[in-house]
Amino acid sequence: MSDDTTQSPGRRVLEIKDLTLKFGGLTALDEVTFHINEGEILGLIGPNGAGKTTCFNAVTGIYAPTSGDIVFEGSSIAGRKRYQIARLGIARTFQNIRLFKSMTALENVLVGADAQHSTGMASALFRLPKHRREERHGHDRAMEVLKFMGLHRNPDELAANLSYGDQRRLEIARAMATGPKLICLDEPAAGFNPAEKVQLMELIKRVRDEGYTVLLIEHDMKLVMGVTDRIVVLEFGRKIAEGKPSEIRDNPAVIAAYLGVDEEDAS
Amino acid sequence: MSKTPAVKKLTGSLGERVASLPKPVKIGLWVAFAVLAYALPLLEPPFISPPGTDFGGVLFTVTIYCLVALGLNIVVGYAGLLDLGYVGFYAVGAYTAAILTTFHANWPLLLALPMAVLASTISGVLLGWPTLRVRGDYLAIVTLGFGEIIRLVAVNTEWLGASKGINDIARPPGKALFEIPHLNWESGVPLLDFNDTTKFIEFGVLDQIPYYWMGLTVVILVLFADRLIKDSRVGRAWEATREDEDAAELMGVPTFRFKLLAFATGAFIGGLAGALYASRQSFINPLSFLLLFSIMFLAAVVIGGQGNRWGVLVGAVVVAYLPERFREFTDFRVLVFGAALMALAIFRPEGLLPPRRTVRAKQSEAEIEALEEGAEGEETSRV
Amino acid sequence: MNFDFLFNNFAELTVTGLAFGAIYALIALGYTMVYGVLQLINFAHSEVFMYGTFAALWTTMLLVGDSSVSTMKGIGVLLLALVAAMAMSATIALVLERVAYRRLVKNNSPRLIALISAIGASFVLAELMGLRDRIAGWFGLEDDLQRYVAGARINRSMPNVLDNKQLFPIGDYQVTSIDVLVIVSAIVMMVVLDQFVRRSRLGRGIRATAQDPETAALMGVNSTRAVQMTFLLGGLMAGAAAFLYMLKIETTKFDVGFTLGVKAFTAAVLGGIGNLRGALVGGLILGVAENWGSALFGSEWRDVVAFVILVVILLFRPTGILGESLGKARA
Repeated sequence: MSDDTTQSPGRRVLEIKDLTLKFGGLTALDEVTFHINEGEILGLIGPNGAGKTTCFNAVTGIYAPTSGDIVFEGSSIAGRKRYQIARLGIARTFQNIRLFKSMTALENVLVGADAQHSTGMASALFRLPKHRREERHGHDRAMEVLKFMGLHRNPDELAANLSYGDQRRLEIARAMATGPKLICLDEPAAGFNPAEKVQLMELIKRVRDEGYTVLLIEHDMKLVMGVTDRIVVLEFGRKIAEGKPSEIRDNPAVIAAYLGVDEEDAS
Repeated sequence: MSKTPAVKKLTGSLGERVASLPKPVKIGLWVAFAVLAYALPLLEPPFISPPGTDFGGVLFTVTIYCLVALGLNIVVGYAGLLDLGYVGFYAVGAYTAAILTTFHANWPLLLALPMAVLASTISGVLLGWPTLRVRGDYLAIVTLGFGEIIRLVAVNTEWLGASKGINDIARPPGKALFEIPHLNWESGVPLLDFNDTTKFIEFGVLDQIPYYWMGLTVVILVLFADRLIKDSRVGRAWEATREDEDAAELMGVPTFRFKLLAFATGAFIGGLAGALYASRQSFINPLSFLLLFSIMFLAAVVIGGQGNRWGVLVGAVVVAYLPERFREFTDFRVLVFGAALMALAIFRPEGLLPPRRTVRAKQSEAEIEALEEGAEGEETSRV
Repeated sequence: MNFDFLFNNFAELTVTGLAFGAIYALIALGYTMVYGVLQLINFAHSEVFMYGTFAALWTTMLLVGDSSVSTMKGIGVLLLALVAAMAMSATIALVLERVAYRRLVKNNSPRLIALISAIGASFVLAELMGLRDRIAGWFGLEDDLQRYVAGARINRSMPNVLDNKQLFPIGDYQVTSIDVLVIVSAIVMMVVLDQFVRRSRLGRGIRATAQDPETAALMGVNSTRAVQMTFLLGGLMAGAAAFLYMLKIETTKFDVGFTLGVKAFTAAVLGGIGNLRGALVGGLILGVAENWGSALFGSEWRDVVAFVILVVILLFRPTGILGESLGKARA
């Protein structure tokens, strides 16, 4: 592994090296290697069951790698606890929305912002300066992120009462509030109509422009082509291609892999 | 989104209306409410004051239930951990206070209280450390087992007084400074009755009103603490853990640590309640710590509305006071509360008074307006 | 610890432990099946058992009273008592499903809410039994009740219908006819149930629903029916357990269910909740372990032994000895 010479626009935020994940006899990821540069949007695509979400789960600490390594900001995070990884600066959303449903939109985002905080029992109980400082910071941060996502008009609505689209956006807001360097979005446009999808992709570009690095799983090839800087293609747990969208479009292996899912692609 | 402001105003509860009052009025209201609460046993209002029993004693029991409900609410309501053995912590607190103030050590109560609370908190951590990793409904059964083990250990250990329990537990220290007369309603109009007075403040055998004052004070302190903690990172982390443990963990919440913290906090309050109870009662035996009480405590939390501190207080008053007031139905209270648990779970799982978030809602609305104005101002100035 | 006592009475402790264990196992089936299908701890199942003990008790008291009877008539009475206990428990189980659970299951309520409902139901059922003389009093029936069955808040004893014969020795212990009856009939019931769930159409429906309720529904399995069936079978087994319990222990009380329920649940978890054969294994192991434990530490620690086993199992092997799942439990 000595291809460090490829001069990319930024540093490498995340490096996945020979990542292998096995469940019993099943190999979900097989020696997958790729990296994400600072400030780019990397698309992770592949047919259903290719191992995209598994890869996310390994990065965010849900699964420990069977072998291989995950390096974030220069240090290995393989085997770290999930909350530690989140606090180090990797945030994510979920394919099926997992908000804190009976908390308000604002509170959802505050929980995210608390990833940067360490107020404990004593500090909260005696309203120590640390608590006040962190509450103010959290609140400012939360409102900022909600405004960015266009959710600031109704911050006290329970998450469960928000529209589907707003719930999806709230998930991104919550992830942004944790103050991450890398945001992993797991099919954020699932269930959207084409117009909404385009809107969301514009939003994701703006997220990147704010200085976040984005790792995006998306099923819809056309969308991915439009928004990403680079694309990694997985099939059956293996990486079959990597490159700029234009390169991926013409890659015969990718075309072959996607042939079976043509109708979904077209939708 | 789903409710317009007008509808919200219509459906607004008492709490919301109170929350919208200006701050000095609010404080004044609360003080008045507290004064009334303190004066309640002296007023001996007809109908409310239960016939044939000591009103002060009943009210003290109510405060103990309030305390326990507030503690259990942290575990069940905030953190979403179903604890069926909460009486175990109550027992640890009571027994520690009993052991330390009687023949084993003869400490004064004020020294034994912190130890009792410490012991119950430690027992909470010791129980929580291994068990908080198991699935939610399994946790319920493990805690149930814990509560029973504590009781069976008490029954079978000679050193703990076995089934006859421990006598002569120390009372709180007090000094009779002056006497306060009660009201007498016998003639139809309230009259000051100087033959029926309460010594301020002496913790005696007959007059239980000073214990009630002590219990009420502790409840108020715990209420304040509860509010401060709930409205902080800790409270949010508890709720997030209850809502979706995995998502919370992935948002940087060390959920195990916070669950343990909730468990320990609950155990702290439970132990405190147990120790106060032991001191008032002056004797305890294992019969005071049956599984039944765990269920009554749970009923208090669920009936009132888990997650809402005022709701669980109402629940505690219902569970503790009604059976005392209507003693003729005492035998039926378990039946009634069992039925209430079932009916609430089926028809209104959020309880009678579900949590509301109006106060914070009002605050942030103002802030958003400010934020929007600021943003607009910036834009216009740039233009 | 009293090792001498354990070794000197090893055979007796083991055989009576197996008898207790067989009863635990029969009750455990109810927990395990409902958990397998609904992922719900049927906390009130202990009361299903308790009602069965009273049904067995009332039947024998009404038919026999205090008089002694011939062996033939005795056997007849006992068979009737068994039928009554099974019918009673099954009825209670079905009512429970209808009143306490069905709506929650339909609304897909959180498990904890369902558990709270179950706890409420458990207390209602126990208290209804405990207060039945008071309730009878409202209708002026307390004298009749007193004559036949009296109140349920104190221990009620079963009349002795059959002589408990000593059959054959194992070590120093003379195995009695009741020991054999309890163990053998429990195992027979379990085999019948196991075969029923494995081979019958209804059994397949239950297994399918346990595995994947949605697909099962698509395949034409009536899930409400399957759930009802689960409760019915659990109730029948609890009724049989109640009858055997009355033969072996001979007394019952309105709150007898609680401790037994926790133990049976322990047995279910020990064997692997959701797993029918696991319930048998778990029950037998628990019964024996409890007997040995109480020999070692003193009988007053008997219940503590069971609770400690429960806690330890949940902590270290929550899937139990044979593993979980009714659906996957071999077809």
